Amino acid sequence: MSVIVEPDEPPGAHPPAPPLGGPYRSDTLPDPPMIVLTDRWKLERSYTIEVAEKAGAYVTARRALTEMEPAKLIDEVKAANVRGRGGAGFPAGVKWSFVKPVAGKPVYLVVNADEGEPGTFKDRSIMELDPHRLVEGCIISCWAIGAHVGYVYVRGELALSIRRLERAIAEAREKGYLGAKPFGRDFPIEIYVHRGAGAYICGEETALLNSLEGKRGEPRLKPPFPAVEGAFGAPTAVNNVETIASVPDIVKMGGAKWAALGQLPNDGGSRIYGVSGHVKKPGLYEAPVGITLRDLIYGLGGGIRGAENGRTLKGVIPGGASTPILRPDFLVHAPDEKHPLHKWHGKSEIDVPLGVDTMRALGTMLGTCCAIVMDDTVDMVEAARNLMRFFHHESCGQCTPCREGTAWIERILTAMVEERARPNELELLVDVSNEIMGTTICALADGATMAMLGFVKKFPEELRAYVKRSKAPGLTAGLGTGRALPVLGASSDVVPPGRLVLPRGESGTQRGGAS
Amino acid sequence: MTFTLSPEREKLLDQIIARYPEKRAACLPALQLCQEQTGHIEEAAVAWVAEKLALSTAQVQGVVTFYTMFQQKKVAPNVVWICRTLSCELMGAKAVQQALEKKLGCHAGETSKDGKVTLLKAECLAACGYGPMMQLNDEYHLALTPEKAVEIVEAAKDRARDLPIGDPGGWQFGPQGGGTR
Repeated sequence: MSVIVEPDEPPGAHPPAPPLGGPYRSDTLPDPPMIVLTDRWKLERSYTIEVAEKAGAYVTARRALTEMEPAKLIDEVKAANVRGRGGAGFPAGVKWSFVKPVAGKPVYLVVNADEGEPGTFKDRSIMELDPHRLVEGCIISCWAIGAHVGYVYVRGELALSIRRLERAIAEAREKGYLGAKPFGRDFPIEIYVHRGAGAYICGEETALLNSLEGKRGEPRLKPPFPAVEGAFGAPTAVNNVETIASVPDIVKMGGAKWAALGQLPNDGGSRIYGVSGHVKKPGLYEAPVGITLRDLIYGLGGGIRGAENGRTLKGVIPGGASTPILRPDFLVHAPDEKHPLHKWHGKSEIDVPLGVDTMRALGTMLGTCCAIVMDDTVDMVEAARNLMRFFHHESCGQCTPCREGTAWIERILTAMVEERARPNELELLVDVSNEIMGTTICALADGATMAMLGFVKKFPEELRAYVKRSKAPGLTAGLGTGRALPVLGASSDVVPPGRLVLPRGESGTQRGGAS
Repeated sequence: MTFTLSPEREKLLDQIIARYPEKRAACLPALQLCQEQTGHIEEAAVAWVAEKLALSTAQVQGVVTFYTMFQQKKVAPNVVWICRTLSCELMGAKAVQQALEKKLGCHAGETSKDGKVTLLKAECLAACGYGPMMQLNDEYHLALTPEKAVEIVEAAKDRARDLPIGDPGGWQFGPQGGGTR
């Protein structure tokens, strides 16, 4: 797979931002807002059991443990179509059904609270503002999958989250919701907080398991998947905080009803969206699955900061650093009626609903649904360099392509920013990125290179401008790779002038007019 | 040089070990307790943890070097982490760092001349909507300006830090994993 960039694309003139007079209106954004998962966030001392219980906490857990059978609970979660909220979007109910007890081995529930994807800050808020929802979710989930012990792996830096979660667990234990007989059911459940020590990679589920076992947080080869061989060699369900925190509402409302909160097929419920960067009201917002980035930026986020001074939206990273960037002036190109995005053919990329499958079809990823918004003052090469420095720093070093490749990408971008890049350095950047992809144990390198290629696809002119400005003497192209580099635009593909060609087999978006 | 964990901390560690089917799983918590006691992970502490958990020192040292929160060198009583990842960067994290560097008279990665603050750069600290931000010891400080950041750090310099054992801020690990007041 190779990305071909038309060599001399003129520097992009950015079409004006969509006019927005008065309050933002949209068919996809409910008014008044939908509040399910965050209903207790606004209460004072919402993290204490007194306040949480008054607002309905543990009612569902009591019902689940006293009246419902595990199989029924798994069916409800399946029917809820809840796609994992940690970024990969795997259906949680299906994941649970893979966890089968093995003779002589316990089953574990592990909650992934190692939130660290740049742009993402939702799990921290769940733990700080409503830890009892997470504890209640853990109790129900443990009962559903047959786990007596659940570990919540919390990122080490999140001291307040850890404190409030520890407190919530203690309070639930005092009340008899945890321990030997939760709610009178003869099924002991213990929840422990395991504090991490600072490593982005521990958000990868198998790295997290290694870290939980007291080892370096290096990802494991899969298979075996954690559902078969997870924590301490036993079957384990690893779920994100938000996924588990959704479980009480799923059980309370019934899976099908909860699924119907969402606006997309096979992707149900309500979820927490984050928006950061150049918007007027950055923060966290709850909304149904299926709102658009435009809803998130102009509706919930209040629009671009400084719009009155002419600031416009230049690009948006939809769901964390690993998800390729989108541009509002790029239009969806899906003329084929069978294409999953046909409904949005000719519309802006930011008008496609935020769903696991829709974002994948768009060539990016939904990730964690926490968008990073950048206005027209942002230098995209600097932005890319910032993120690639992150991935270089956070590579665990286990696989050579990732350890060396992420460093190499950062070096190239640094050379560009410092205007000492060699003439073919953009081609080298693309080549290195392509070579890393798919060659590593975990998805960190794939995430880094997809994000990098996203910048190349969407902002080639900026990268090229840096190369042109560079004052480095014309060294031999390909120095360091040991082989000739592909010359961009010289592939057998016919590249129409002024157009960006995406890799074959991927749905495309193309540069269009104002959206 | 020898290292011993204080009796209260060791008791706590024993309770933590009991939460896991394997002793080794308590490696991170053990190191965290060691760091809490001395401010950084001493060489002797690595040997102590290895002995305690029946591991080799290489295994424990491998863990220490892997995670950014384990300090391998002595740090000041106050540690400031400035988030420099994209969301915070867009909101002006660089200016915050520069203001602190100027005030403290040291570069990021170093300890201030008066030995009271260690200034460090961090990657994303999960507070992206409220940037620029920094972590001062265990506290998050959000929506900073350079002036506000300097003020917060200066005020913290002489604040007494007498934290309870186990977890900063009043919640300790209880016998079964829950907290006790």
